[in-house]
Amino acid sequence: MMKVHESTKKEPLIHLTKRDAISWQKSILIRAAAIICALLFAAILITLLSKENPLNVYKSMFLGAFGSERRIWNLINDTCILLGISLAVTPAFRMKFWNCGAEGQTLIGALTAAACMYLFGDKLPLPAFFAVMTVACIVTSAIWALIPAIFKAFFNTNETLFTLMMNYIAIQLIMYFLKLWGKNGSGVLDRMPEYRFPIVGNQFLLAIITILVLTVLLYIYLRYSKQGYEISVVGESENTAKYIGINVKKVIIRTMIISGAICGLVGLLLVANGSCTVSTTLVGGQGFTAIMVSWLAKFNPLYMILSSLLIVFLGKGASQITTDFRVDSSIGDIITGIILLFIIGCEFFIHYKVHFRKKTKEEE
Amino acid sequence: MKNKFAYTKRMICFAFSLFTLSIMAVLPASAATATDIGREYGFIIPVLAVLIAVLAACALLLVFLTHWTAKRVRRVRKEIAAVQAGETAKAAPAKRNANVPALELRHVTKTFGSVVANKNVDLDLKKGEILALLGENGCGKTTLMNMIAGIYFPDEGEIYIDGEPAVITSPKDAFRYGVGMIHQHFKLINVFSASENIVLGIKDGQKYKLSEVNRRVREIADRYGFHIDPTKKIHQMSVSEKQTVEIVKVLYRGADILILDEPTAVLTPQETEKLFAVLRRMRDDGKSIIIITHKMHEVLSISDRVAVLRKGEHIATVETATTDENKLTEMMIGKKVTLNIDRSEPVNPTERLTVKHITSVDADGVVTLDDISFTANAGEILGVAGIAGSGQRELLESIAGLHHVNEGEILYEDPTTGKTENLCDKTPLQIRELGVRLSFVPEDRLGMGLVGNMDIIDNMMLRSYRRGKSLFLDRKNPKDLALSIINNLEVVTPNEHTPVRRLSGGNVQKVLVGREIAASPSVLMAAYPVRGLDINSSYTIYNLLNEQKKKGVAVIFVGEDLDVLLALSDRIMVISGGKISGIVDARTTTKEEVGLLMTSDTRMNTDEKEDA
Repeated sequence: MMKVHESTKKEPLIHLTKRDAISWQKSILIRAAAIICALLFAAILITLLSKENPLNVYKSMFLGAFGSERRIWNLINDTCILLGISLAVTPAFRMKFWNCGAEGQTLIGALTAAACMYLFGDKLPLPAFFAVMTVACIVTSAIWALIPAIFKAFFNTNETLFTLMMNYIAIQLIMYFLKLWGKNGSGVLDRMPEYRFPIVGNQFLLAIITILVLTVLLYIYLRYSKQGYEISVVGESENTAKYIGINVKKVIIRTMIISGAICGLVGLLLVANGSCTVSTTLVGGQGFTAIMVSWLAKFNPLYMILSSLLIVFLGKGASQITTDFRVDSSIGDIITGIILLFIIGCEFFIHYKVHFRKKTKEEE
Repeated sequence: MKNKFAYTKRMICFAFSLFTLSIMAVLPASAATATDIGREYGFIIPVLAVLIAVLAACALLLVFLTHWTAKRVRRVRKEIAAVQAGETAKAAPAKRNANVPALELRHVTKTFGSVVANKNVDLDLKKGEILALLGENGCGKTTLMNMIAGIYFPDEGEIYIDGEPAVITSPKDAFRYGVGMIHQHFKLINVFSASENIVLGIKDGQKYKLSEVNRRVREIADRYGFHIDPTKKIHQMSVSEKQTVEIVKVLYRGADILILDEPTAVLTPQETEKLFAVLRRMRDDGKSIIIITHKMHEVLSISDRVAVLRKGEHIATVETATTDENKLTEMMIGKKVTLNIDRSEPVNPTERLTVKHITSVDADGVVTLDDISFTANAGEILGVAGIAGSGQRELLESIAGLHHVNEGEILYEDPTTGKTENLCDKTPLQIRELGVRLSFVPEDRLGMGLVGNMDIIDNMMLRSYRRGKSLFLDRKNPKDLALSIINNLEVVTPNEHTPVRRLSGGNVQKVLVGREIAASPSVLMAAYPVRGLDINSSYTIYNLLNEQKKKGVAVIFVGEDLDVLLALSDRIMVISGGKISGIVDARTTTKEEVGLLMTSDTRMNTDEKEDA
């Protein structure tokens, strides 16, 4: 009899069942709860670690991102740049082609823009120069993305490693040209503001409008065009694609050209509508952050506006905390990490239902 | 009582070590940030860290030690029990609670989201009996069995083994209770030998000694009359040999309750008979067996009792001797159905597709198709029989332009223009552009014919999306098609926006066959279109194929159930090892003849070995 009791007690404490489909209200509720939990949890850590009032910390975080008009514009601009790179990786991701080379592809676009400025900025009338520079950036980045695509399509190489390695080549290329063009071998290329894109409204607006238009275009392309449909089929099942006569090699190559071209455009905006010069840290890891943005939004360009905004906001807020409270920068990173962890973690509760063990009543 | 203490102690130790580990992670961080503490008492941090690390290590060590000793004790006890059992001879287990059922399910319920897979199921399995589990597709047979095997955990209800309540949360638990399941899809490692696969994952604390394992495997094989070579590698084995390995694997772990999920689906009639002989021997040895099969005559020949499930509910369990095919079908479906396929005479058959001497060699240099020649006529169903993997798949894929053909010709006679086209080594797109209306229902429905994550409309579009010059998709016509297929073929789905992955097997197949037929083909190829489908859905598919035949389509039907092939086809082509071993008239041939042709050359070697 003893044995019987023991085994009934070992019923699992927690047990999971998959949800069928969840109403959007409920999913928003879960997400909101996750953010609140994250803030509470982070607040406890803040008080324990830095002895600051967590409310003040959150306030400074918020103000760091939205505190002044300049900050808001900066926030929107940075969001758009990150969004642009995320848009670039998305078509490839929908095809299950894990393009980790957005960093390099964007850098190559930026390098081309700077090269155009340096080499023939003074040889062409400005409108013609802008046209040439735009086309050149898009083409070079597309070629940079095309290389791994060809190897994937014809030799089935691993695209993740390939694109990752291409990043380092891009960085080395920039270092080489900076050494070549920098004054007295300083390795720094001076700003060339005379070849900057004309200012529309304010210095950011051109980039913002371009990226937003691109977002809508990409959404339509992926959702409603025949090519977008082909991308989804190839991504879901290569066998099905072959079965219905899709040329898989062609789709891989075409999609990566699009991916690279968008990177090139973002690189162009970074240089010609921003820094007016190039450096190896110009993209600053956003090529990798973009992967997260794209995944968080489940590869939907419209949702990406939200996810890129969230990431940029957290980044800005974290750096503001560091300057305001003169604490170690790891505090900001911890808060960012906790919030992201909770937001991603709550997906689990959206897909699964958790049952706890019922109190065993028949305990005699 | 002692055991319980060890268990709680282990949990406390585990919690303690987790706690210390987490402190370890937080402390250095706080030291780094709260700078003034760090400056003044900096030396304390490494001391504390080392101390905590030592504590944590001790706790972990304790956990492992207690765990290990508990295991040792259990093993020693088991050994003692085994010795005692050996002394009291074989009859002992049967004597010990002879009239208590080996397995009993009470009020078992399992739901997935809003889908109820099993509802309040009661089932019992006596000792030393073979129980057949019968039911339509998606009625929850496999789910129910998976709960016994520890893959799922029931939402409600209890499972009793040997009259005692059992909590099975993992396949490992299931083995502890002596339950072993042989799944439909084998879970074996190809490059390992039979014995290596059998001992894989066993943690009995004993030394791994392959010769000893081989000896025990042979012992089990001799006892029940299996033919198995323990040193043979899996990739050299036929399907039935692989299945044998799966069964021995379960017996090796000491299972007393065996669950077989559609074991005969991949076997020839002769192999099925052999399997049944083994199962009967196991039953006589006191093992309890549950077998799932869709083939009614097999149910009647092998089982002692039959349990029928319908829509997740247990309808009845009856003695096999007192029932018959019609009664069982009625219980399964809930109404009377007539089970016959009407085969019309072909109406003026003309040559539609002529295959001449095609040969294909795969990347490893293995000949998959060897000099295949045949003709498929319009208005006729050509059945293709053969053991799974004899080249059926390669043959159909070659015709569809998906498989490289080294030699030979595939000639298509266009019924409208009268022209003859060679389809050999063209891509599917080129074939379509020639105006060849070729429809193909591949074996792998969700991996090739359909996209699981897309909804029904988008799946309809796969065939037609290229139409028109527009850059954008037309979703209206596919939507109409989806709705008409859902209506005409009675596809059970919430709506046309449901991803096909969520539909049950039969409904997935209806969507696929419906789409392929909607393309109004002149040649229709179907590979195992009823595999895994229940009786009702199967007959829907047979009727669809028959309708196409009457419309003058050349139908090529690759099947596995010989009874169906004999009843549906006009001619049957038998393939064996990539070669055609015979083309027979389906109206005059017998099951035995086709069965012999199926095994004509590949089986020669294994048969000789068995005789020797």
